[in-house]
Amino acid sequence: MGLLSGPEADPAADAGWGHDHDRKGFFTDTSICIGCKACEVACKEWNHNPQDGNLQIMGSSYDNTGSLGANTWRHVAFVEQGKDRIEEARETGRKLVSLGMPSIGPRSGASTPGGRPGEDLSRADTAPPDTPEFRWLMSSDVCKHCTHAGCLDVCPTGALFRTEFGTVVVQEDICNGCGTCVGGCPFGVIERRDDGTVAPKGQRGRVQQDVPNKGTANKCTLCYDRLVEGEEPACAKTCPTTSIKFGDHDDMVESAHERIAQLHEQGMTEARLYGANPEDGVGGTGSVFLLLDEPEVYGLPPDPQVPTKDLPHMYRTAAVAMGGMLAATALAFLGGRR
Amino acid sequence: MTHSSYDEYRQPEPEGGRRKRGGGGKRRRRSPLDGGAGGDGSHEMAMVEDVEFESYYGRPVVKAPPWETPIGIYLFVGGLAGASGLLQAGAALSGNAELRRTARLVAIGAVGVGTPALVIDLGRPERFLHMMRVFKVSSPMSLGTWILSSYATGAGMTAANEVDRMTGERLPLGPLRPLLRLAEGPSAALQGVMGAPLAAYTAVLLGDTAVPTWNAARHGLPYVFVSSASLAAGGMAMALTSRRNAGPARLLAAAGVVGDIVGMHYTKSRMHPLESEPLEEGTPGKLLTWAERLAVAGGIGTLFARRSRTIAVASGLALAGASALTRFGVLHAGHESVKDPRRVMIPQKDRLEKRRAAGITGDSITTGW
Repeated sequence: MGLLSGPEADPAADAGWGHDHDRKGFFTDTSICIGCKACEVACKEWNHNPQDGNLQIMGSSYDNTGSLGANTWRHVAFVEQGKDRIEEARETGRKLVSLGMPSIGPRSGASTPGGRPGEDLSRADTAPPDTPEFRWLMSSDVCKHCTHAGCLDVCPTGALFRTEFGTVVVQEDICNGCGTCVGGCPFGVIERRDDGTVAPKGQRGRVQQDVPNKGTANKCTLCYDRLVEGEEPACAKTCPTTSIKFGDHDDMVESAHERIAQLHEQGMTEARLYGANPEDGVGGTGSVFLLLDEPEVYGLPPDPQVPTKDLPHMYRTAAVAMGGMLAATALAFLGGRR
Repeated sequence: MTHSSYDEYRQPEPEGGRRKRGGGGKRRRRSPLDGGAGGDGSHEMAMVEDVEFESYYGRPVVKAPPWETPIGIYLFVGGLAGASGLLQAGAALSGNAELRRTARLVAIGAVGVGTPALVIDLGRPERFLHMMRVFKVSSPMSLGTWILSSYATGAGMTAANEVDRMTGERLPLGPLRPLLRLAEGPSAALQGVMGAPLAAYTAVLLGDTAVPTWNAARHGLPYVFVSSASLAAGGMAMALTSRRNAGPARLLAAAGVVGDIVGMHYTKSRMHPLESEPLEEGTPGKLLTWAERLAVAGGIGTLFARRSRTIAVASGLALAGASALTRFGVLHAGHESVKDPRRVMIPQKDRLEKRRAAGITGDSITTGW
């Protein structure tokens, strides 16, 4: 029986698969993302995802995609920041580092459980040599393929399933579009696809595109169809700067830790990891991110919890409520006899 | 956001794209959504000061399920059916034939409205039977499917018996009539047993989401929903049953009113102000205010409903209306709560900060190592 929360070594094995496959995942290193959006394009093309609403300029830097959704499985965020905000990001990052690894407490320079040498920032020269006047944050967001996936937990049809690669995928021929998974996702990733009627600007009338799987829930499959053929996902394959890395989840987490240590040594204390902690509210994510500011700056929730984590407690509350209802009914009949 | 000489040409900032430094406690007391400018760019001096918050262009972080009016209707009639299931079982056990008949007919009517409403709201209604591929404890929707279908089975059988009796056994049942009568007892029991779960599971369904207002309401919403169900079923039965036989319905309705009001206040008391605000303001807030008013009026009406059938009908309808408004209010409050990213971000930051202050630092999704 699967766990509802907490660290879990092998979600695929827990879902009934053997141990033949390693868990796959992304490591998205936003520090080397150039915002080319090739991942968005490659994703759309490979997965035949229809156009998302009308074409429009959104006034949010170079981001005219908006957010992840039924038809957008990779979304590149653009954030423009000035010096104040950069310094603030360095400060919050430094605070995070000082919180240290769990179970070790304040950083003491001791080696970490994973065998990595702990970085001791009290000795390192973390004074940034120069703070730029301006910076552009670019980050390619994607489904997190959570260890404890809210969407998967609450799906009533079994359309969502855990693959042998430890990823979470919708079976489009099973999904009946009830929409429960949409609310179950703490990252706002999965969405029900509408009929996709759009009207491009300057064109009269509405254009009907060919929309596959309308009315069902859609999200990133981590290119399940490519994975089973031994290929890597389209976005990772196309990424020209290797900002999107794909591989065994353990390796991805490992290289994320290495990369952040490297950036900290260079004085970039604003760097932090997102989703690399198996103790977090979703048991760690399959897609790990390296961010250069607080997650909310990128539109990522700062403390996501899989809703199902609290489900046993909710059932208990409901049981008490039902007990009260039964008692009230019984008393009503006893008292109503008068 | 930076401010340079070019800022006067900058478009008005979207709501939510502002930040405040320091000062943790102040913002909790006031509505954070009334701080700052109205988006016309004319209040720039004030907005730097006030909101410690950086969002991604004010865009939503989580998505609400695409549950519209049919789901609101279902939340109401599902509760009505659930509590009517208990009423009919109690009436059958205590030999109150009139109340039993009323409750069973209300129940089958409610199921008859609610089930199609559920199917219509699906993205692919023709696949509604896919709900029955699995039985999944981690999915309140899956449990609800099985609760509703077993309840409906019981309700169909008991209602068929009632209709058959009301029409003087004129239903063309032939040799099946004895079987139908034989099934009546077990069916009534099934309907009674599934009644309370049918009334309560929808609260868990809403609680088990990342929608801030619903999720934060999880500690108390089941109390609200079973109470709302009880007052609706009590009210309907009270309106449709003669005064002499409606005693238990009146009492159940009165108990429901008390539970509903106390439960809602308890629910809100367990929520972050930003999470409970949609229950109090805007359209959902109005719906819930009127729900409470109608519930109080109907509750007072139950005290006098024994004396006059007119009062019984009026207060019964008021109670049913109160329940419907409660359900739509809660449903829409959830939809409202995902629109502003602050309702997601700030409660999350606060709880993270609280854990860190308590020395728990190992469970953050953001790490510096």
